[in-house]
Amino acid sequence: MSASRLTTGGSDIDRARPLSFTFDGRRVEGFAGDTIASALLASGQAVVGRSFKYHRPRGVWGSGVEDPNALVDVESAVGRVPNARATTVQAVEGIKVRSVNASPTAETDRNAVLDRFARFLPAAFYYKTFMWPDWHLFEPRIRAMAGLGIVDSDWKPRQVSDQVNHHCDVLVVGAGPAGLAAAASAAAAGHSVVLVDDRTHPGGSLRHRAGEVDGLDGKAWVETVVARLKSGGQLVLSDTTAFGLYDHNLVALNQRHSDGRPDTLWRVRPRRIVLATGAIERPVPFANNDLPGILSADAALSYLRRHGVLVGREIVVATNNDSAYEPASALAAAGASVTVVDCRREGGAQAGTGVRVLAGRMVAVARGRNAVQGVLLDDGTTLAADCVLVSGGWTPTVHLFSQAKGKLAWNDQLAAFIPGEAIEGIGVAGAVAGAVSLSEALASGVAAVDAFGSSSPAPRGSGAEATLGVVSLWPKPKAKGRVWIDYQSDVTAKDVELAARENFVSVEHLKRYTTLGMATDQGKTSNLNGLALLADITGRGIPEVGTTTYRPPFTPVPFASLVGSRRGSMHNPVRRLPLEANHRAAGGVFQEYGGWLRPAYYGGGEAHASIQEEARRARQSVALFDGSTLGKIEVIGPRAAEFVDFIYYNTMSTLKPGHCRYGFMLSENGVVFDDGVLVRLDEHRFIVSCSSSHVAAVHARLEEWRQDRFGRDAVYIHNATAQYATLTVSGPNARQVVEALDLGATLDDASLPHMGVAVGRFAGNEVRIARVSFTGDRSYEISIRADRAEVLWARMQQEGRAFDAVLLGLESLMILRAEKGYIVIGKDTDGTTMPHDLGVAGPRTKRASEFVGRRSLFTEAGNSTDRNQLVGLAVREGEAPLATGAYGVEKREGRPKSIGFVTSSYQSPTLGRPVALALIERGAARHGETIDIQHLGVVRQATIVAPCAFDPEGRRLHA
Amino acid sequence: MQLFPCPFCGPREESEFHYGGEAGNLRPDGRDVTAERWAGYLHMRDNPKGPTREIWVHLTCGEFFAMSRDSVNHKVSGSSVLGEAEHGA
Repeated sequence: MSASRLTTGGSDIDRARPLSFTFDGRRVEGFAGDTIASALLASGQAVVGRSFKYHRPRGVWGSGVEDPNALVDVESAVGRVPNARATTVQAVEGIKVRSVNASPTAETDRNAVLDRFARFLPAAFYYKTFMWPDWHLFEPRIRAMAGLGIVDSDWKPRQVSDQVNHHCDVLVVGAGPAGLAAAASAAAAGHSVVLVDDRTHPGGSLRHRAGEVDGLDGKAWVETVVARLKSGGQLVLSDTTAFGLYDHNLVALNQRHSDGRPDTLWRVRPRRIVLATGAIERPVPFANNDLPGILSADAALSYLRRHGVLVGREIVVATNNDSAYEPASALAAAGASVTVVDCRREGGAQAGTGVRVLAGRMVAVARGRNAVQGVLLDDGTTLAADCVLVSGGWTPTVHLFSQAKGKLAWNDQLAAFIPGEAIEGIGVAGAVAGAVSLSEALASGVAAVDAFGSSSPAPRGSGAEATLGVVSLWPKPKAKGRVWIDYQSDVTAKDVELAARENFVSVEHLKRYTTLGMATDQGKTSNLNGLALLADITGRGIPEVGTTTYRPPFTPVPFASLVGSRRGSMHNPVRRLPLEANHRAAGGVFQEYGGWLRPAYYGGGEAHASIQEEARRARQSVALFDGSTLGKIEVIGPRAAEFVDFIYYNTMSTLKPGHCRYGFMLSENGVVFDDGVLVRLDEHRFIVSCSSSHVAAVHARLEEWRQDRFGRDAVYIHNATAQYATLTVSGPNARQVVEALDLGATLDDASLPHMGVAVGRFAGNEVRIARVSFTGDRSYEISIRADRAEVLWARMQQEGRAFDAVLLGLESLMILRAEKGYIVIGKDTDGTTMPHDLGVAGPRTKRASEFVGRRSLFTEAGNSTDRNQLVGLAVREGEAPLATGAYGVEKREGRPKSIGFVTSSYQSPTLGRPVALALIERGAARHGETIDIQHLGVVRQATIVAPCAFDPEGRRLHA
Repeated sequence: MQLFPCPFCGPREESEFHYGGEAGNLRPDGRDVTAERWAGYLHMRDNPKGPTREIWVHLTCGEFFAMSRDSVNHKVSGSSVLGEAEHGA
């Protein structure tokens, strides 16, 4: 291949602004306005990459998003982008471009030898060959040999991608002649318009193909229309790809910037959409049709007219339609010797001067090693060539129409699928809709807008009109040599034949078996050739075979663009305690618990020792603990008591005002969903105190039952969790500390017994004091307005000093509650645990009124006698704690079987031995039995005991 | 991304909503309900292809409501506050 830059011409480049960059370490010269691909071609670089599987040399094929070959890793000041399309990325001074899947360079790739074994490596070779002894042995080396670009694992965003939401009346995708006509017509009808195009310059084919509109030169007409749209306040976005069309007319756009900013994601919600997405030229099937130097004919014309690049000196054009004649004539006029090999017997009529036409003949084989050197025709003629241009017809870019669930219709005249039955609110125009001539394209653009209820005259092509006259030129079975169907996925006609032979005759199966149409280009050039071949082999028509499903994105979109600012805490915000700063000042080490950031333990010491020490000291005198995350959902109204009766497993309506009661909430399937304490403040007012991580779910459930069963007027629900801080004093000396706080409430045990609630005041604010204990020691939970909690917490610490008070982190609290056999829902229960498995069987049999989940407690499973039940486990003297998650195992019929598992396990500093909770089959009736506990292959023995290991009589609650 | 009409807030993106089940799945009360009837209430869904009537909740305002939509073409024909058809009372 001897592509070169001409001394003149090139509408996209600015010869006054030269630039240079490196490709595989070699310096490449270009001009502002070049793409990486046009600069590589201009510098004579034939091989730009290696193929995915066989490491075949590959060159630039196309000039836009359709290119399957020219994938490169681009390193610039703003970072490294893998698998960029050299045909769509602008060349920038100083960037480093690397070919993909090639080492050390694309030209001298050391894995190129793989191609010699290609006949042993057909589709599915890996599945069939590397089965024994284990695919995973081979996988790493195979993966290293195949593949595309390299992801920068150290990548960090320098700047957050913008995301823009936008509404408009009409969104036009594609700024070729049809799209421009549609946009201009919509704007003239008074609609707000967004016009997007994935190229840097609008105009589509008018930028490189001859055309005249209403007497104006095509390019001049484009500029006039765009200027008028812009001055009319319409939005024209270039370098912007509409990559997805989603439900209810949401269109996602990815906009690239040339100034180093990361891409911008647009979410546009137009009332109407016009798809003027054009068409993509197809390759022509012949042996070795993947050699570097074989290009799309349209791309060659584009490089000539946009970039002043002549793709070869001695050019063969293989075609089955008229559209290849303009490139042929233009290249001949630019000084190349051009021979058109037209498979149609009549040939094309419009060949320019200096173009030789061989009609009724086909290219059979391309010759060359690292670049094409000539072709052999079907009649045995050989032609020397340094470049072969191909035009196998045009495939309409129906992706977005299909994403919108539009049905495609086969069009014999175009030999392609075009959009079928119209979709409401979505118009199609131009080449995607089957338009061939300029006038047709312009008229279809205006008609697409008229369908939305306006009416305006269409611009007309005033020069010679294009024709197509395409005939079928599909790949044939049993062809000699290797005829490439999918360049990017390295799929040949023989692979398609193999798939069909092995009965993968559905087009979706063909895709997955051979990888045809996969990878970053998603088969934009290959799909139709592949399914036409499959149709031929299986004796079906092309429409009968059909296409694979089109899914977004149309082209790859950077994750950074999709993510925008939703990273880290902006993606998953943690909830913070009102007193976080105070806990940090006290040395709190924070961890996330169920979405809340809470102190795990205090002090800078070693974690395990600190946690043990906190748990030990808590039993000695007094402990202070921030329980602000506990749910505080108020239930108010005339039917509130009836409501909580229905919500809870336990009867709650008998609770007296000023008291609280512990209970379970069930799911309708009878499984314990949450536990907690219900406070009754007065006849019609309750506070549901639920697990910290369950507040949102419990609130939603309460709302659902309120609205569905009780009515909005009967019950009112308010989630006040964030409005209050709850600070807890626990331990043998808890009462003395609370008394010293001077809350104005009577604290003696007659007035405020265990499970009693009192109201007091602190520094002018009302506080609620509840005798509720999660430690097993006498405890006071004091709730106060969150914004006034800091003073109370300081005072509690101050008064606690006389009693050697210790601050409890969540980890030591977990030890204290486990010593007592108090459960954490979701940790000590699973998705099958019912209340009678936890030793609370009374309401199940005794309650007369209805409650959530009731019927499920009496199903066959609910009544079963071998359910997993909550137990404690004791290990032998001197042994370490059991592993949480370890399995109880039992031999049944000679095989080990799981009989449950360890749910919580800790070393108890107070008892000086491990404690553990477990769910064990029939556990409640097996206290005293010793069972095997297995973890990671090690079997230990443990004895089933009652869940409560510490103070089973509960004396310390009242001490 | 579909747009759903919350009867209280107007059209909002579907990510603000949660599905709440098929409309008209009335809860049978009592521990003597037959196993078949209870299983029907808990598990058996029609999963219709085409027009459906469903319960949804708009998470941002907390309201449960009924919505009519088509499960094939995703057209939404309307939404309404919960009425007797959904409560059975």
